[in-house]
Amino acid sequence: MVYFPLAFWISIDIIEIALLFRKVREFFVKIIIAGDGKVGLSLTQKLAEEGHDLTLIDSNQHVLDSTVERYDVMAVQGNCAAMRVLEKAEVESAEILVAATSADEVNLLCCMTAHAMNPKLHTIARIRNPEYAAQIFSMRELYALSLIVNPENQAAREINRLIKYPGFLQRDVFARSRAEIVELRVEEDSRLKDVPLYKLDSIVNCKVLVCAVSREGVTSIPNGDFIIKEGDRLFVTAPSEALTVLLKNLGIITKKAKRVMICGGGRICYYLADDLAKQGINVQIIESDRKRCEELAQQLPKVSVINGDASNQYLLESEGVNDCDALVTVTGMDEMNLIVSLFAKKCGVGQVITKVSRSDSNSIYESLELGSIICPKDLCCNTIVRYVRSMQNTTGAALTVHSIADGQAEALEFVVDAKTDHVAEPLRAIRLKKNVLIACITRRAKIIIPDGDTKYLRGDAVIVVVKGGMRPLQLNDIFE
Amino acid sequence: MNYKVMGKFISQILMVESAFMLPPFFISIFEGNLRVMFGFLVGICVALGTGMAMFWACRNTKMKLYAREGMACVALSWIAISFFGCIPFVVSGEIPNFLDALFEMVSGFTTTGATIVTDIEALSGATNYWRCFSQWLGGMGVLVFVLALSFGQERANGATIHLLRAESPGPNVGKLVPKMRTTARILYTIYIMLTAFDFMFLCFGDMSPFEALCSAFSTAGTGGYGLMNTSMAGHSAYTQVVCTVFMFLFGVNFSCFYLLLLGKIRTVLKDRELRLYVILVACSIVFIAINIRNLYAGLGETIRHSAFQVVSIITTTGFATCDFDQWPNFSKSILLALMFIGGCAGSTCGGLKCSRVLLLLKDLRRKMRKMVNPQRVEVVRFNFQPVSEDVLEGTQTYLVAYVAIVLVSFFLVALNGKSMMTSISAVATCFNNVGPGFEEVGASCNYAGLSVLSKIVLIFDMLAGRLEIFPMMLLFTRSMWRHR
Repeated sequence: MVYFPLAFWISIDIIEIALLFRKVREFFVKIIIAGDGKVGLSLTQKLAEEGHDLTLIDSNQHVLDSTVERYDVMAVQGNCAAMRVLEKAEVESAEILVAATSADEVNLLCCMTAHAMNPKLHTIARIRNPEYAAQIFSMRELYALSLIVNPENQAAREINRLIKYPGFLQRDVFARSRAEIVELRVEEDSRLKDVPLYKLDSIVNCKVLVCAVSREGVTSIPNGDFIIKEGDRLFVTAPSEALTVLLKNLGIITKKAKRVMICGGGRICYYLADDLAKQGINVQIIESDRKRCEELAQQLPKVSVINGDASNQYLLESEGVNDCDALVTVTGMDEMNLIVSLFAKKCGVGQVITKVSRSDSNSIYESLELGSIICPKDLCCNTIVRYVRSMQNTTGAALTVHSIADGQAEALEFVVDAKTDHVAEPLRAIRLKKNVLIACITRRAKIIIPDGDTKYLRGDAVIVVVKGGMRPLQLNDIFE
Repeated sequence: MNYKVMGKFISQILMVESAFMLPPFFISIFEGNLRVMFGFLVGICVALGTGMAMFWACRNTKMKLYAREGMACVALSWIAISFFGCIPFVVSGEIPNFLDALFEMVSGFTTTGATIVTDIEALSGATNYWRCFSQWLGGMGVLVFVLALSFGQERANGATIHLLRAESPGPNVGKLVPKMRTTARILYTIYIMLTAFDFMFLCFGDMSPFEALCSAFSTAGTGGYGLMNTSMAGHSAYTQVVCTVFMFLFGVNFSCFYLLLLGKIRTVLKDRELRLYVILVACSIVFIAINIRNLYAGLGETIRHSAFQVVSIITTTGFATCDFDQWPNFSKSILLALMFIGGCAGSTCGGLKCSRVLLLLKDLRRKMRKMVNPQRVEVVRFNFQPVSEDVLEGTQTYLVAYVAIVLVSFFLVALNGKSMMTSISAVATCFNNVGPGFEEVGASCNYAGLSVLSKIVLIFDMLAGRLEIFPMMLLFTRSMWRHR
């Protein structure tokens, strides 16, 4: 008698699959997210879109209510480190727990408690206090955490990478940092202006591939006849070692940054200033809180700390904003960051990097010609989503996933295995789905930028760029 | 208001409904009744055609429901399924009057069980099957069923909770598991299993398999459509006992069954709503049994009749084993009170629901204590959990809307000129989805004699009662239809 409803639903599923010709159900992971803050919410959005079973824990019922109205998730109200609350969220049957409350200690306690209740659980904790930053690896061992995310540290590292190569708005690393997708903006005097894509190779004199173009906020995956216009943002795949050549041939002078100004003395600032100072770069920090300034001055002896309001243009000018190579705005207020960045751009600062906390208005920032934009929350979410995907059927799933062009496109890295179709066929013979592009092939330590005659072999890593909406879970999903 | 999203949703409901019209169509072929066969064929074609046309017109819409669309979707879907569901009745000529057929169908889908048919036994098997099946489908909710299927690639977003909330009875509806689709499937799995058990037990009695199936359907939906003019009176004592047990079970919150399946018996036993429900049923049975002890031969028969009627009324099913209109006034008034209370939230019952009654009483006690001791701060608890003020406020608002609708409908039905008891019990049984009332709409009578206005009012009441009032009421507010 018990099998009757089971048989019923199975037959309904069969009818459904037959009706819609759709692939057999994907594999979903049961995830608990503790802390429905900014990171929690955008994680919820990303993971719910992928169809995972989500349970949210937060102490604020109103926040939970509004989230439950928006996404297909369950909510449990209470302290996420309390056993009773975790029990209610069914931690025994969960597979991943993400602790992203505002307090590091609560996150840790939550992960430890949950892990004790379910030893198979993968725990991800957000730890953002710089005092713990040095001991992150030993903490992972000690508390049996699977992953520790530190959005501020991640953002600092990202900014640091951008400062190394001025001229790129964004860099995404693939294939153990051998290949990258970099974002370029076509300026008025650019050599690329009004050039069709098939002539690109001869201009830049190295093999690169434009895998996506964002024009006036709309992203498309171009073909060879596409003509580059002023104001386009190009997403270019290139081997890492070709980046310098690419910049040189594009006429963008790559002068190593010598003076960097950081507005705002928060956690990102600390990590960034520390890194930059170690590279021998002259760093200036502008922070309005006197006490914080003293702290920073204590922690960072090589850095000059200035106590003042970063939105004060007189102050910026007197501190020499005109002749610094890069300016980074990382204050706690998005509005302030934007204003200061716009001012710096006007003063002629070569590279301006702006931190924003809200990523949903990215298309607005883009129209402001601000330079690079960094969103720590998104970086952190992407790391976690990547971890979840790696847990999802380990065979054939994407190794890395990066969202590019404000999330309108995604770049995914797959490994060609025994099940993959079209192995050793020239790419021109393979029919791909619409809005899909094979951007790069890695064969042992070699990066191949593909053309029509390129083939991929078993064991290669393939980077695929797809336009939004489509979410290939396996490499085979991109073929017609 | 996003009409296309609603169109897409309702089109799917219509296609599902047309699929469900296939079994009665086959039954009519089996019976060889050409007129009924033609009726169901027309019904299937019209529902499927309209559904497909609507789906095609709205095919490019993304399924994005907000609270407003969710509410409107629920109300309009129920009106649509009732409208298309009654086509076979009209076309086959078994219920030639359109309004009567609509009344019958609404009464079916809302699990009311109030019938306008004078001679049920004269109806064809296919028609009877469709009447009973509509109660099964309406019991758990058509939209919940569609959510369980969740057609298409679109993943349900959070707003589908509005659909579940609007369609599942109770003050505080939540999901059992994170995903709406899985929740809907669990609910329907429990529902199908219980129905199957009911069918099995009824088969052992004096019913033919077809009768058992139809009765199981209307018991499961706590509907109350029978195949006999005398409802359950003509069946054996065994069948009546089985019916009583299963009606009682279908009046229990389905999440209790889910917890039982998970092995959490303690939590179920501690459930306050379940306790209130059991106490109410037990006390009513005892009081009525004492009150009617002289009407029946032995103690066993007295208790059987008393239990059957009490459970039938509190779960808002509406079966009857005897004409309880002949009972003393005390028993009748208990039954009338039970109509308003209804079963547990999250079951297939109508009425105010035990949990709402409990919340209101607890709130009342708190308010009274506060009058004596104005500085006192107290939190209402339900199942050892504090209840938020929002929920309490919602429950009070519900009660206000409930009373308002009962009063207005009572005035409108009273225009018909029937007796006081007839009018009030007609409104009470329809609004609480019970079925039989007292006097002229009693267990041995039907609703055929009412005027057109009364029928329209009662149709609205049945829909409003089934959908927890607000979706239906919101259809008549201007802010619902205004452009954003």
